[in-house]
Amino acid sequence: MDKYQYDVVVIGAGGAGLRAAIEARLAGKRTAIISKSLFGKAHTVMAEGGAAAAMGNVNSNDNWMVHYRDTMRGGKFLNNFRMAELHAKESPDRIWELETYGALFDRTRDGRISQRNFGGHEYPRLAHVGDRTGLELIRTLQQKIVSLQQEDKAQYGDYEARIRVFAETTITELMLSPEGAIAGAFGYYRESGEFVLFEAPAIVLATGGVGKSYKVTSNSWEYTGDGHALALRAGAKLINMEFLQFHPTGMVWPPSVKGILVTESVRGDGGILTNTLGERFMFKYVPDVFRKQYAETPEEADRWYTDPDNNRRPPELLPRDEVARAINSEVKAGRGTKSGGVYLDVSKRLPAEVIRKKLPSMYHQFKELADVDITKQPMEVGPTCHYVMGGIEVDADTAATSVPGLFAAGECSGGMHGSNRLGGNSLSDLLVFGKRAGEHAAAYASALDGRPKVRPSDVDAASEFALAPLSRDGGENPYTLQHELQEVMGSLVGIIRREGELQQAIIDLAALKERVQKVGATGGRRYNPGWHLALDLRNMLVVSECTAKAALERTESRGGHTREDYPKMDPQWRRINLVCGLAPSSGDVELTRQPVPTMRPDLLDLFDKSELAKYMTDEELSQS
Amino acid sequence: MRKFKVWRGDSSGGRLNDYQVEVNEGEVVLDVIHRLQATQEPDLACRWNCKAGKCGSCSMEINGMPRLACMTRMSTFEESETVTVTPLRTFPVIRDLVTDVSYNYQKARELPAFAPPADVAPGDYRMQQIDVERSQEFRKCIECFLCQNTCHVVRDHEENKREFAGPRFFIRAAELDMHPLDARGDRKEFATQQQGLGYCNITKCCTEVCPEHIKITDNAIIPMKERVVDRRYDPLVVIARKILRRDQLPTAAPAEPTLHSPPVTVMEGKAPVDFSRSAEAAGPEVGPDGHVNLNEMLSDRVAAASPFGDQTQFPLDPGDLNYYHPDKK
Repeated sequence: MDKYQYDVVVIGAGGAGLRAAIEARLAGKRTAIISKSLFGKAHTVMAEGGAAAAMGNVNSNDNWMVHYRDTMRGGKFLNNFRMAELHAKESPDRIWELETYGALFDRTRDGRISQRNFGGHEYPRLAHVGDRTGLELIRTLQQKIVSLQQEDKAQYGDYEARIRVFAETTITELMLSPEGAIAGAFGYYRESGEFVLFEAPAIVLATGGVGKSYKVTSNSWEYTGDGHALALRAGAKLINMEFLQFHPTGMVWPPSVKGILVTESVRGDGGILTNTLGERFMFKYVPDVFRKQYAETPEEADRWYTDPDNNRRPPELLPRDEVARAINSEVKAGRGTKSGGVYLDVSKRLPAEVIRKKLPSMYHQFKELADVDITKQPMEVGPTCHYVMGGIEVDADTAATSVPGLFAAGECSGGMHGSNRLGGNSLSDLLVFGKRAGEHAAAYASALDGRPKVRPSDVDAASEFALAPLSRDGGENPYTLQHELQEVMGSLVGIIRREGELQQAIIDLAALKERVQKVGATGGRRYNPGWHLALDLRNMLVVSECTAKAALERTESRGGHTREDYPKMDPQWRRINLVCGLAPSSGDVELTRQPVPTMRPDLLDLFDKSELAKYMTDEELSQS
Repeated sequence: MRKFKVWRGDSSGGRLNDYQVEVNEGEVVLDVIHRLQATQEPDLACRWNCKAGKCGSCSMEINGMPRLACMTRMSTFEESETVTVTPLRTFPVIRDLVTDVSYNYQKARELPAFAPPADVAPGDYRMQQIDVERSQEFRKCIECFLCQNTCHVVRDHEENKREFAGPRFFIRAAELDMHPLDARGDRKEFATQQQGLGYCNITKCCTEVCPEHIKITDNAIIPMKERVVDRRYDPLVVIARKILRRDQLPTAAPAEPTLHSPPVTVMEGKAPVDFSRSAEAAGPEVGPDGHVNLNEMLSDRVAAASPFGDQTQFPLDPGDLNYYHPDKK
């Protein structure tokens, strides 16, 4: 078994992981990046719209306070206010920094970074590169890491002297010292199936989301909740796990690409949603809290595209959860297409060449994958599981979890987005908190006197667990188990939830958990996807259990959590975070309630009293 | 039910296995591979991530064509056609459809990174859209490495891999060359001298297989080649060569030793010449028509031009020679 010693180990090579690694290396720490796939293939490449940062390049009225307000509104005031504040304040610097790494964003006329409109953002705010912003981000960070390696090569004669990428390596367990601090991580190389142990006092989790537990999802195979599950097993807590974002517009046809996203900028650039009767239905679904900001007639909405100062925005640009719910209602009412979607049409609004220019990869994707020409015909879209707002509970300033030495950033951390994430806030989130996690992990490692020790018995146990499926004759087929898990989550813990279904889901998940303990894998250890899936199933299952239990507990509808039996938002629930942890004895998910941190008065003052009244209890309002 | 042949094996060898697989309307080859894994071959190795043509992981050869499996619709094949799926041929096989693509990551490291302008603070970068668009075309690259796989310079020539960076990294060099604020001025020279741009003879195979439709040859490789030629025949440079001493000449190329100094094999009784080394050949100065200038009126000396080039001074700098002296390193 290979054994390495590093100061900081970053698990996950998406935007947050790479940004954390850059920061740890800049702080002088020997840093390892563990990537489940090849370097540069992370799910971040899928982000299309842009990175939200209040640079005010397009509309100079924009600033961090406006961005902060939008983020809190989007998250229905359940956000960790401090994270939202740091995010709004620091994201412009993080974007500008990318330019020094070589990023090439689209430009304004005066040569600055162009910014585009997006759902939930008051001003044009998203730095973008066509509709492949995520790819630009990942490539830029990847190339920055290469440039740091070149500096090390010049200085030490070795590219990997201070920062090394372990591609196609999966971590299955975190190692703790007898005192309960982080001591290392255990995993395997996909290529050889051999085990590897990293000894490190500080670990940053940046493993992304959990979408692979759902049948219709935009997420890739890697999104199995590894970071969430690793943190739980190490003793950290998850918060807000009931909040999953279903992107309102995923492709529903053809079946091979079901779940793939149609970026929100299709709507930002003039795309409209219609049902099979040809009705532009979004006007019926503007909730009261947003009534003032959105147009009431198609005529006013149409004028907004050219004159945003004197008209209100079209309801197609409502936050994602509202759009997703609206589409779901239309389909349920029988006004959807055969494959369970509605139409999204941009062809009647913009000339073909403008569409091709503004949405090149959308055009490309539909043409190539579905033989649909979006400049001529509408797209068929419906809700798809996209992002998990919930995640590892962290300290806002340092990204530290409750386990000493364990940090988390990006999608696998929780709190920043509250109950719903605004489009564009994820790319800036992972830059802001990726940097903070790297910085504080490095500082933590520096401040330690000695290196925490890995217990050999833990290594033996982890390797035994990992090898078990290979030697289990006649074990359950991992693909079948995953399929059944996806069925349970998709049909019972999906976008619209009901008490009875959630209770059934918890029963079904318990049964699946039994079966996952008997999962088997045929073949050997070298690059064996069946075996890899068998090991990932445990993580998917525990995270699904968290989601189902928290969704049952929260008897209200808010953001990414919609209960048909409790359709209203309840101000009392706004004050509560649901926290998941593992019971030490049984290993079952335990749910506890915890108050949401109280917003500082200076931040509270940024809002209208009348707006706060929509979210807060009378008691809170009288105190403020 | 459709017929599939899938290569299974590892570095020690393998074979094409026959499969009968269910195929539904609207599916792509990757869906079929996944069905094979779920129903018949749970340990069939295959890379994939986004399944939307954005990450470039599922590169393989489908009926001999380098393709992304997620972007190859089953409807493009005849109902009765057998679909043959094999791993990328240019890279060593790890297992089944998974190959060792570390060559590409190695080449990426050898190419100097973006050099930020020293006197521009973050946030003060100003560039025009029209200027960034040229580089943006190349930044569309999803690193599927299909161009690297199809390039005949390395496809069946393991020995060229050392010297040749491949189309993916020519577009990276072009991207940096065209970046409005990149502080390095020697991207073209680097491509010729260190990346082996000269090996490329513009067969355009790379452009043909690019799933992002980047015009690799027309927009990157050819301009990079032309610019290098421009500089060699730039009249100002030619005059400078004539009127300045060697040590006063502007050095266009990076001063550091080449990354690819190949090992020298000395054979008994033979001069240790390494013919694969790409050294700038000394030669006469030629005009834009490719001919030596024969007009004595324009010449700065009497008599015919030297066959070695009038600007060439003797003895030649050993560093420029296609020759390794046995006594020297």
